[in-house]
Amino acid sequence: MKVPRVIIFLLLYIAILLLPVAVMGEEPAESSSTPASHSYFKTEHKNVLVVLVFFGFFFFFFLRRARVGKKLFMRTIPGLKALEEAVGRATEMGKPVLYVPGIDDIDEIQTLASLNILPYVAEMTAKYGAPLIVPTRRSVVMSFAEEIVKEAHIRAGRPESFKPGNIRYLSDDQFAFTCAVDGIMLREKPAANIYLGAFYAESLILSETGFLSGAIQIAGTASIAQLPFFIAACDYTLIGEEFYAASAYLSQEPSLLAGIKASDYLKIIIFLLIIIGVVTASLEFSSIVDFIKAWF
Amino acid sequence: MRRRVPLYITTVVGFFVVAKFFLNIPIIENIANELEQWAMVVVAFAIVLGVANIIRINLLGIIRRRPDWQYKVVLLATMFITTVSGLIIFIQGKDLAGENLFNWIFMNVYTPLGTTVYALLAFFIASAAFRAFRARNLPATFMLSSAVLVMIGRVPLGAAISSIFPNLANWIMSVPNTAGQRGIIIGAAIGVIGVGLKIITGIERPYLRGE
Repeated sequence: MKVPRVIIFLLLYIAILLLPVAVMGEEPAESSSTPASHSYFKTEHKNVLVVLVFFGFFFFFFLRRARVGKKLFMRTIPGLKALEEAVGRATEMGKPVLYVPGIDDIDEIQTLASLNILPYVAEMTAKYGAPLIVPTRRSVVMSFAEEIVKEAHIRAGRPESFKPGNIRYLSDDQFAFTCAVDGIMLREKPAANIYLGAFYAESLILSETGFLSGAIQIAGTASIAQLPFFIAACDYTLIGEEFYAASAYLSQEPSLLAGIKASDYLKIIIFLLIIIGVVTASLEFSSIVDFIKAWF
Repeated sequence: MRRRVPLYITTVVGFFVVAKFFLNIPIIENIANELEQWAMVVVAFAIVLGVANIIRINLLGIIRRRPDWQYKVVLLATMFITTVSGLIIFIQGKDLAGENLFNWIFMNVYTPLGTTVYALLAFFIASAAFRAFRARNLPATFMLSSAVLVMIGRVPLGAAISSIFPNLANWIMSVPNTAGQRGIIIGAAIGVIGVGLKIITGIERPYLRGE
């Protein structure tokens, strides 16, 4: 039986992480040369490791199932279904599509998740022939976006339609960036505004301006405080996990869908743990409650 | 080669950064800290690309007399004046916060403009709330009623009418609202783990030209 390389990699990875603990012990014996006890493993992070191990297990389980031909079901996400509708509408109206990949830098996971979705949107706009404007607040994100959109145009067979001037670095300042994007909305009148990434106070300013300009709006973020604003002002909103699931949904690649299934099963475990926690805490079974607190 | 090298770099860097999170071993922490410093240096250099992008796009717009070319002149002029005034003070070794053109621009142009845009948020909240709080269906009616109760409970008038309103508002915020938020946070946190793992293992690679 051939074991996938990624499984070997993950097992090796966990083994390397746990090796020092196994060899040296969690709490090495105190000696005269070591005045304070020193733990080689950050025990305060063990709950994250437990979740990672569970996730890894489910992920590779479903990856294997997908590779042997089992279909992985994923429910319809209206916001992502509407992406094609939005791009189609922009094409019919002869107007551009605006894609804002959040305002955080490349070290923010939401920006990376947004850049995972950008290739699909860029390829769609390239196929339909609608211009795609990507304003960015960080210059690194701009160079990433430029490469992604350029490659998407090549994949769509229309490299000549790529316009580097549509991938714009505007400003590092939050509200200067917001004003610049608002200016693009009011002057260039995009028919579709897509906001996917990390947003802060500017979320409502952007989405309300977009609403006033009459564009169809799709938003997605994991920033809890900004979700109500997007829900109020946009036509479709991807909430938290839906946003992270977007690239898997759009690509339907088994390796990406396996990650979504793993997340779902992990949520079931957490849901069960919450119920067990509530019941045992109510019945004052302190040993079970302490175990859950310590490991999760 | 073009694909493999970035993948290997990501995996190695990812290993040290994740290992630093779990392990208390000085050598791993030192390497991870050093790599984080490198990342900051790379990001700092990328600002040159950003400035070049601004100059290229706006200069072309001015030369070709695009519809909004006047704004581009203002942008480039202010960018140039601010940069030069800041550089002069830096070269002179003076304090940027002292009495100089750079600080004047910061205090009298930049800060008021930023504050003005932020203040606009109040009007946008009002217009968005006006649209959102319509009892079109049952869930929207629930949202409208909870919003009204929270608003009444959070102002002195609500407490003056009855002590029930502040208590009800606090209950809505701390029980159903917190439960909903925690659900979203748990889902998002698992999503983060998924995306992070896929990027480190190279299954998802946005940094490779969207491949």
